[in-house]
Amino acid sequence: MARYASVLDLIGDTPVVDVSALSPKSNVTILAKLEGRNPAGSVKDRVALALVEAAERDGVLIPGQPDQTLIEPSSGNTGIALAMVCRLRGYHLKVVLPTNVSPERRQLLLAHGAEIIDSSGTEGSNGAVRLAHELSAKHPEWVFLYQYANPANPWAHYTTTGPEILADVPEVTHFVAGLGTSGTLMGVGRYLKEHSPHVQVWAVEPPSGEIVDGLRSLDDGYVPPIFIDNRGEQLLDRKVIVRPRESIEWTRRLTEVGLFVGISSGAIMAGAVKCAREVDDGANATIVMIVCDDGWKYLSTGAWSDDIDDVVERARTTIYF
Amino acid sequence: MSAVLRVPTVLRSAVGGKSEIAVDGATVGEVLQQLTNVYPAIKGQLLNDDGSLHRFLNVYVNDDDVRYLGGVEAAIRPDDEITLLPAVAGGAW
Repeated sequence: MARYASVLDLIGDTPVVDVSALSPKSNVTILAKLEGRNPAGSVKDRVALALVEAAERDGVLIPGQPDQTLIEPSSGNTGIALAMVCRLRGYHLKVVLPTNVSPERRQLLLAHGAEIIDSSGTEGSNGAVRLAHELSAKHPEWVFLYQYANPANPWAHYTTTGPEILADVPEVTHFVAGLGTSGTLMGVGRYLKEHSPHVQVWAVEPPSGEIVDGLRSLDDGYVPPIFIDNRGEQLLDRKVIVRPRESIEWTRRLTEVGLFVGISSGAIMAGAVKCAREVDDGANATIVMIVCDDGWKYLSTGAWSDDIDDVVERARTTIYF
Repeated sequence: MSAVLRVPTVLRSAVGGKSEIAVDGATVGEVLQQLTNVYPAIKGQLLNDDGSLHRFLNVYVNDDDVRYLGGVEAAIRPDDEITLLPAVAGGAW
């Protein structure tokens, strides 16, 4: 067994596993990169560490100096990862969290020592971002790393996730991941296109705009600055929507290959299957998809055990992706 | 046979409260033009002055974002489902 000096040294180098038993076509291999193996449990460990290290390099955060506070909007995984990193580095973290996330996420934040500031559930992540901006403006002494705009977010994936994928799967033809902040897609997508230009990059997103009822007009909408700064529209080849029922169905189906994963990963698997269906019968393809996290944080949604109609209905009011 | 256009909550007040509207047109642009002809109040919410899509509006034909299928030139077939969605901040991905 390997021995490590710090939990932070366990971030990255995640395994890839073949889930082609679920592929709709025998000529299409589907490989899942298991980001739930990161120590705080998600792909966001990479981003959290990169955000903090970049701030320390820039002198925004000073290791060892007391009473340094960070604020960050998050619907869960970034907050949890950042809380773990901050505790190890001696920083205090305030997470602006929509009230309607799964209770496990709230408990994990508290377990890692974060302070939670509630934002409106009906406004979803949009509301958390808005409130974090307001609080940051009122408290300039707090450090706001702002994952949606910070170049360290895609950089983490450009320098770690992307190279890992190409080293482990040099034959990759398609990369499929969730949109969110767009950090994973922009960082990995750019790395893969630079080193293997034929790779197609597919984004998957849930119909969040259907769920968020707190919008007054389209002008309250939001596109992550990272997506704009990295010319996301030019980088992506396709963007597909995956609805809650498909997400939950594929979250369940992934257990057939032994993977107990979060619901966003079910959505990404659904996207990978859509991608596979479009591959010509005469061509071979290898799709790499991101499994963002494991299923533990979502047990309270009943996603694996309850009637699927009930779970889908519940999905309308709970942020679980 | 018409295609079906699904309208998100935030835009329904501009189309008489409807959540679904039957639409005709060979492209996304034609469908949106037809919609603005019938419901002029929605025009500024859908398209910019140059005819491109509002930056916070995502239009999906079935499962696909039309920005990657040719934008307003993307083809529409009968029985297609067109979904308008506001772009909002993503979650944990």
